[in-house]
Amino acid sequence: MSGSAPRLTARGVAKSFGATPVLHAVSLELAVGSVHAMLGENGAGKSTLLKILAGVERPDAGSLELDGAAYAPSGPLDARARGVAIVHQELSLCAHLGVAENIVLGSEPRRFGWLSRREANLRAERALALLSDGGTTLPLDARVGALSAAEQQLVEIARALAHDDCRLLILDEPTSSLGHADVERLFATLSALRERGLTILYVSHFLDEIRRIADRYTVLRDGREVASGAVRDTTNEALVTAMAGEAVEVGTARARSPGEVVLSLHEVRGARLPKAASLELRRGEVLGIAGLMGSGRTELLRAVFGLDRVRSGRVRVRGLVGEATPRARLAQGVGLLSEDRAREGLALGLSVAKNLTLSRLKPLLRRGFLSQRAEHDAAAFWIARLGIRARGPDQRVRELSGGNQQKIAVARLLYHDVDVLLLDEPTRGIDVRSRAELHELIGELCAEGKAVLIVSSHFDELIALCDRVAVMHKGVLGPARSVSGLDERALLQEAAGA
Amino acid sequence: MKELLRRSWVGPLAALVAVYALFSVLAPATFPGGVNLTTMLRQTAVVAVSSLGMTFVILLGGIDLSIGSAVALTSVVVARVLQSGAGVVAAVTLGVLATVVTGWLNGVLAARGKITPFIVTLGSMSVLRGVAKGLAGEQKIDADPHGLEHLMTAGAGAALPAGVWLTLALAVAAAIVLHFTVFGRHVLAIGSNENTARLCGIPVERVVVAVYALCGALTGVAGVLEFSTLTVGDPTDSIGLELEAIAAVVIGGGSLAGGQGSVAGTLLGALLMTVIKTGCTHVGLPNWVQEILTGVIIVVAVGIDRLRRR
Repeated sequence: MSGSAPRLTARGVAKSFGATPVLHAVSLELAVGSVHAMLGENGAGKSTLLKILAGVERPDAGSLELDGAAYAPSGPLDARARGVAIVHQELSLCAHLGVAENIVLGSEPRRFGWLSRREANLRAERALALLSDGGTTLPLDARVGALSAAEQQLVEIARALAHDDCRLLILDEPTSSLGHADVERLFATLSALRERGLTILYVSHFLDEIRRIADRYTVLRDGREVASGAVRDTTNEALVTAMAGEAVEVGTARARSPGEVVLSLHEVRGARLPKAASLELRRGEVLGIAGLMGSGRTELLRAVFGLDRVRSGRVRVRGLVGEATPRARLAQGVGLLSEDRAREGLALGLSVAKNLTLSRLKPLLRRGFLSQRAEHDAAAFWIARLGIRARGPDQRVRELSGGNQQKIAVARLLYHDVDVLLLDEPTRGIDVRSRAELHELIGELCAEGKAVLIVSSHFDELIALCDRVAVMHKGVLGPARSVSGLDERALLQEAAGA
Repeated sequence: MKELLRRSWVGPLAALVAVYALFSVLAPATFPGGVNLTTMLRQTAVVAVSSLGMTFVILLGGIDLSIGSAVALTSVVVARVLQSGAGVVAAVTLGVLATVVTGWLNGVLAARGKITPFIVTLGSMSVLRGVAKGLAGEQKIDADPHGLEHLMTAGAGAALPAGVWLTLALAVAAAIVLHFTVFGRHVLAIGSNENTARLCGIPVERVVVAVYALCGALTGVAGVLEFSTLTVGDPTDSIGLELEAIAAVVIGGGSLAGGQGSVAGTLLGALLMTVIKTGCTHVGLPNWVQEILTGVIIVVAVGIDRLRRR
């Protein structure tokens, strides 16, 4: 790059959460007037690094410099004041306020203590003008909630720019909810900003995007910087290898003999995602869906389970097109493990026993009343069977560790005795030991003749667990292939659209 | 012991005992003793029965602001039917049925119409008050109570009136429904996490409608008790009863976010408010002091509860 001093320099930045190191001595250099891509798999440490740059977290070790001066923001506001702004994947706008009001939010122009609408509009206009070469069409008084996802993102970026002297703009997976034309518009905007000397840190999984927009890149893996350089000097293969690592496990054919088809999807299309998904799942088999965040993998499972609407296509369970509500699906022997334990999977305020038996209370009835004894016995059985570490059936789920909570969510499916398990990120946020135990359990269930459909962004996990894997990319599910001979790199390359 | 302390009704029970002891010391001549206790229980019955319904609604994560108006409506319907000479059974049945229907409508609008329960019941609060006034021709309706008045009159000495026994029976039934039936478990689950309830195939909308209808039924019973206390149908009666019911549930450990609360706690909460009111009267404190004290107790009770859960 040019010989001028870098905009931001990070040296030996390290961060641990409790006993878990998330970043080990990461260094980074962002040039003035450039787009710098940051890549890495889930859990590589990207979000933590972004949080440190944006002043949300503080590093345990290492130093940051912004335009040659020491940079140690005391909080997000301080970071903003220093010219570092972040646009998160999930937008943080006030839906009921207008465009201009959102753009000046938190730094409203005042005149004798009164809001100055004129000054606000002026500032908003100036910020929006930076985004495009004069071609902005966003009305300043439009309610933000009524705008499209792409327009909302523009407002969010404009808000970042409206602050005095924005020097570093961080975009976290900005295209995950955008259509093709909107991505083009965003890229045009970013190019214009780069011309103006702004530095942009661009986080994305999609290699084709990075190839188009970024000048330089940094790859993180397991909290370490494993590769960096100019984008034009590298290949997609090299980037994927850097993200996934060299020593990738190659899948081997499993000695299972799957039985008849229990779940079949034909061209399933949801409200927004998925766009097209077909597959056949057999008894006694583990089928994996490899997809990145925003690919539509979760939406697919929710549509199959009847939580989201299926717009077109067909879902058959054992050959029958049944009613598609969670209640009906459970009756048909299909169960879903939610990816979000706290918000959906579990009622954290209720006891282990109540959570475990919630979907099937009938066996607990004695003369029409719930028997505490039967409930306890059922819970005690599954606590022992899955090795759940809890004080007993009456302990509140909130007090348990993530791994044990997850086991309770899985135990509910087993207690319900479903034949088809839809597992959405079953090992997210749990400890290594629980993960290994869940992996073992999935193997056992399969041997018992259950069918397992598993979604994961840990592709090594899919290769270790599954008989077949299908890749989901931007809402479209590819064909399922045997894992024999597949490796993590191959899956990542497809999922990232390279 | 530690488990016992975690029970949500332990706090309100301690508060009740403490307040009762305090007034017994301050007004030793009149406050303690069976007769006053009976009076206080009688005065609590209407609030207690309507709070039972409110307990279910709040456990579910909802709210019902219409129960004061609903109680007035029932008292008017009962009086009107009695006036027409149709008999006690018909009067009570129609009086309760009226609020079952209005409760059911609240539930349908909240669950199927996806309107916030606060708004739905704010609306029905006004509508039911209007209906009651219209039905009563904007005046109190005198009717021969045909023995209904005995529900709330004490027998010889300190013997409890039938209405108080009815309240206790309903409370036991409510606790059993809550803890030992599938319906009760579904209510708890929805209040604790509606998404989880859906994931587990619980028919969320149906349960919500049933809970509001149940609350309506209990409110109807409260209305019958109110009529038997007043022996007139009064369309302007029980204004603000819903707030007392909410206060009872909340003092008893209920959370407006849902999933928390108990029948025992609610009863204790209702009783606590009566004891404070009566005690203040016995000590000779004016009405305004009672109101301040009640308000303080509500906020302090919830504050202590939050601290304890931390």
